[in-house]
Amino acid sequence: MGEARDGVKVKRVVFVTVGTTCFDALVKVADCQEVKDELYRRGYTDLLIQMGRGSYLPAKSTGDDGSLAVDYFTFSLSIADHLRSASLVISHAGSGSIFETLQLGKPLIVVVNEDLMDNHQSELAEELAERKHLYCSRPLTLHQTIASMDLNSLVPYTPGDATPVAKLINRFLGFPEES
Amino acid sequence: MEKNSSCCFSNLSSNLPITCLITFITIFLHRVLNVIYRTGKPLGKRVSPQRPLSTLIVLGSGGHTAEMINLLLVLRKERFTPRFYIAAATDNMSLQKARVLENSLADSSETKGLSAEFMQIYRSREVGQSYVTSVWTTLVAMAHALWLMIKIRPQVVLCNGPGTCIPLCVIAFFIKVIGIRRSSIFYVESIARVKRLSLSGLLLYKLRIADQFFVQWPQLQRKYPRAHYVGCLM
Repeated sequence: MGEARDGVKVKRVVFVTVGTTCFDALVKVADCQEVKDELYRRGYTDLLIQMGRGSYLPAKSTGDDGSLAVDYFTFSLSIADHLRSASLVISHAGSGSIFETLQLGKPLIVVVNEDLMDNHQSELAEELAERKHLYCSRPLTLHQTIASMDLNSLVPYTPGDATPVAKLINRFLGFPEES
Repeated sequence: MEKNSSCCFSNLSSNLPITCLITFITIFLHRVLNVIYRTGKPLGKRVSPQRPLSTLIVLGSGGHTAEMINLLLVLRKERFTPRFYIAAATDNMSLQKARVLENSLADSSETKGLSAEFMQIYRSREVGQSYVTSVWTTLVAMAHALWLMIKIRPQVVLCNGPGTCIPLCVIAFFIKVIGIRRSSIFYVESIARVKRLSLSGLLLYKLRIADQFFVQWPQLQRKYPRAHYVGCLM
């Protein structure tokens, strides 16, 4: 991966993931022509969709005709491998997917599911978008986000640390301070 | 005269249950207030710091479990032993992740053996379930939780949502009230909560069930001053 040789096109994969949820609105919008054209225009070659429990099936395409190659699957035990080989990740707003992607240092667009009953998930995506770690979008605005995004302006995420919590718990319980 | 005394007796016998009830309620309320008063007060220096504390770890799902595993990685395991893991019956991934963690511990230390147990519990509310039907499922979850908590009687409860931890924490609270076991309850609000607490978090905070309440964003600490801001776990 990485270099173009002998005119062979470099593979630049966009990985769409909905985790264990059902988020057809995202699968549908990722599969729509407008978004696919925009991704192709921005230099991506492959679209791989992890569709989870949804029922909408995208149209598979080999991409031979000078367009985006499209493939999909429901679940995989190796989501991490797919994330690692992706050039861009488009994810649902679950914190697991968000932090797994950020910790791999991959550019990320989070699409908030507007159909959830208790939609607190946008809070995290919006906060991290404000800190420029990712782009936050909705199904209807995904193609605008892709068209206007500037991946160089994203700030790498520094992984968090649980030691402050552990310290307070130890102190509360009367354990001696760690030396 | 005889009539009078029998009347007096019947008076007493009808008052006795009421007197007992009032006494009971008074003692109970006193215990509840006592436990609430002591909630959040540090235990003070341990007399024997080497002695471990039995620990209940409530695993949420997905992101919640990932955060809990990150916390467990930095806690000194010899202080929190034995460890009881509880996850929702519908969630197979979380216990699997905990097993992987425990196996890696067992490999790295010589003290192999029964330092960890894994259990499942009925969930009080699934994601997306309506609040009305969740009343019934909560009752079932409570009964199951009661059974597990009587078996475990943990000294430390670690939880970070979602709803699975509520029945367990409420029961841990009442075990304190009855005086069977004084446990310390720690709650870490999920990193996904930036502006508002989750329902579980709000309950444990407002009812003062959690001894220590941690949040991962400064905005939340400003809104809930008794919470400790600890930065991001992920």
